[in-house]
Amino acid sequence: MTSTIDAPPTPHVNRPFLLPSLYAGNARSVMERGILSTAKTNWLIVVSGFFEPVFYLLAMGIGLGSYIGAIQVPGGHTVPYAAYIAPALLAVAAMNGAVFDSTWNVFFKMNFGKLYDGMLATPLGPFDVALGEILLALARGFVYACGFMIVMQVLGLNLSWTAILALPSVLLIAFAFASFGMGITSYMKTFQHMDWINFIMLPMFLLSATFYPLTVYPEWMQVAIQAMPLWHGVELVRGFTTGLVTSAMLWHVLYFVVMILVGMTLTTRRLKSLFLD
Amino acid sequence: MISATNLTKKYKDFAAVDGISFEIAPGESFGFLGPNGAGKSTTMRMIGAVSTRTSGDLSVIGLDPNEYGPEIRSQLGVVPQEDNLDSELRVRDNLIVYGRYFGLPHSYLGPKADELLAFAQLTEKAKSRIDDLSGGMKRRLTIARALINNPRIMMLDEPTTGLDPQARHILWDRLFRLKEQGTTLVLTTHYMDEAEQLCDRLVVIDKGAIMAEGSPSALIRQYSTREVLELRFGSNRNADVATQLEGLAERIEVLPDRILAYSDNGDAAMQRVIELGLNPLTSLVRRSSLEDVFLRLTGRSLIE
Repeated sequence: MTSTIDAPPTPHVNRPFLLPSLYAGNARSVMERGILSTAKTNWLIVVSGFFEPVFYLLAMGIGLGSYIGAIQVPGGHTVPYAAYIAPALLAVAAMNGAVFDSTWNVFFKMNFGKLYDGMLATPLGPFDVALGEILLALARGFVYACGFMIVMQVLGLNLSWTAILALPSVLLIAFAFASFGMGITSYMKTFQHMDWINFIMLPMFLLSATFYPLTVYPEWMQVAIQAMPLWHGVELVRGFTTGLVTSAMLWHVLYFVVMILVGMTLTTRRLKSLFLD
Repeated sequence: MISATNLTKKYKDFAAVDGISFEIAPGESFGFLGPNGAGKSTTMRMIGAVSTRTSGDLSVIGLDPNEYGPEIRSQLGVVPQEDNLDSELRVRDNLIVYGRYFGLPHSYLGPKADELLAFAQLTEKAKSRIDDLSGGMKRRLTIARALINNPRIMMLDEPTTGLDPQARHILWDRLFRLKEQGTTLVLTTHYMDEAEQLCDRLVVIDKGAIMAEGSPSALIRQYSTREVLELRFGSNRNADVATQLEGLAERIEVLPDRILAYSDNGDAAMQRVIELGLNPLTSLVRRSSLEDVFLRLTGRSLIE
């Protein structure tokens, strides 16, 4: 090539302190790629993801809520039904956005697109790829959350100024689900496997104190649900939007921090063993 | 540039690469020639720092790939055996986004992408979808993509497999230009004509081990005769006739469909076949190729 371009910048890698052979400090480029491809091909799915919780809120919260009235929460407070389920739907939206991006999207890229083979032939390491994809899922979850928060504000369902803290909570929840989802997806080889994800997601959505308090269940079932991540997300977000903030909410935060650490470790290891054998 | 000593890759008990040693100098065009499953791709993956070796030593641009994967990969251009272009992005975006993976700035990547599209003869396809490209175009785009970071080493795994002859020649021309510019080329192939066209030096590899090493012409000189007489007597007669041909060539190979008689003077050998009264259905005198070298070394054909 007779080049008219000035001497090219040499690609250089800032050797990071952590995971030097697995990380090139360039997760941003993976995110950029995702934004570009989403903007050109998948924007309809992105838009539909915003409306889903809004429809639930209108149907269940406003519609059904007009029959139910207020609901009593632990601590003796009562909360209007719509304001009770809205934060739960926000947590669910964060979960759904993060899980879709980190499972179905990743599944296709791994098994059909060969995208990661291409990425890992560049300086990018498995940790860059995992982090980039997860941050993208997170960004999407955050956009949904902001939209939904606006709807909640307009409908008067944010009962306290602490509602603003629901946004970082949503990021935490999305991060946890995305990092874990991507790790689990790396084991999936067929569409049947992918159905298992729905098999777990749907009951979690319906049962995690989303539409009514946990106290309606027998003791053993309460424990089972409290072990699942969505319940922690629902309680955390609900605490902030209703203003019923307690120190017990720190446990929810801790739950998600642990989930993120485990999820990121799992995902990076899996990507390494799959693509850098 | 690249140096390997007793390089070994084992998957459980199976040794895909079994203690191979080689050196590749800067600016050299080096080939791994061998049949499918010989260990070529595994070797390429280890050089490309996407597979860790089981034992032995390997150094790429002075670094150990097991420890310095990102650093080494930043200096490589990789053309994999199977195209893995990003089908969710348009042709030009494929180049830009790939360049971003190397941490290169947009200001550099824009003009560079246009330059590479011209090099790959894809300027008019800049906005096309990947799925709308022909096989040859995809290959050229993959090569253009691999050049986005001005790699010091270009790694090509079976670069022309599955392409029609015309597309192959266009590709060889492009690769030859890179070689002229001093890029180190490392390629695998099971086509001997490709190896003869592109490689300064190559190793013949079979079952994970190196069988021979040298320039294509030196290998042919060492392991074969100058010319080969190919005779076909029909599949029933080939084996019978072969015994009568003993002594009229340096070496006789009987293949299922034909007999190869190795001789420095193919026409003279043909003359004697006629004098013996053997009437071949077809006969052909040709120069020896790497295929003959491979047959001699392994007793098997390169493409099975």
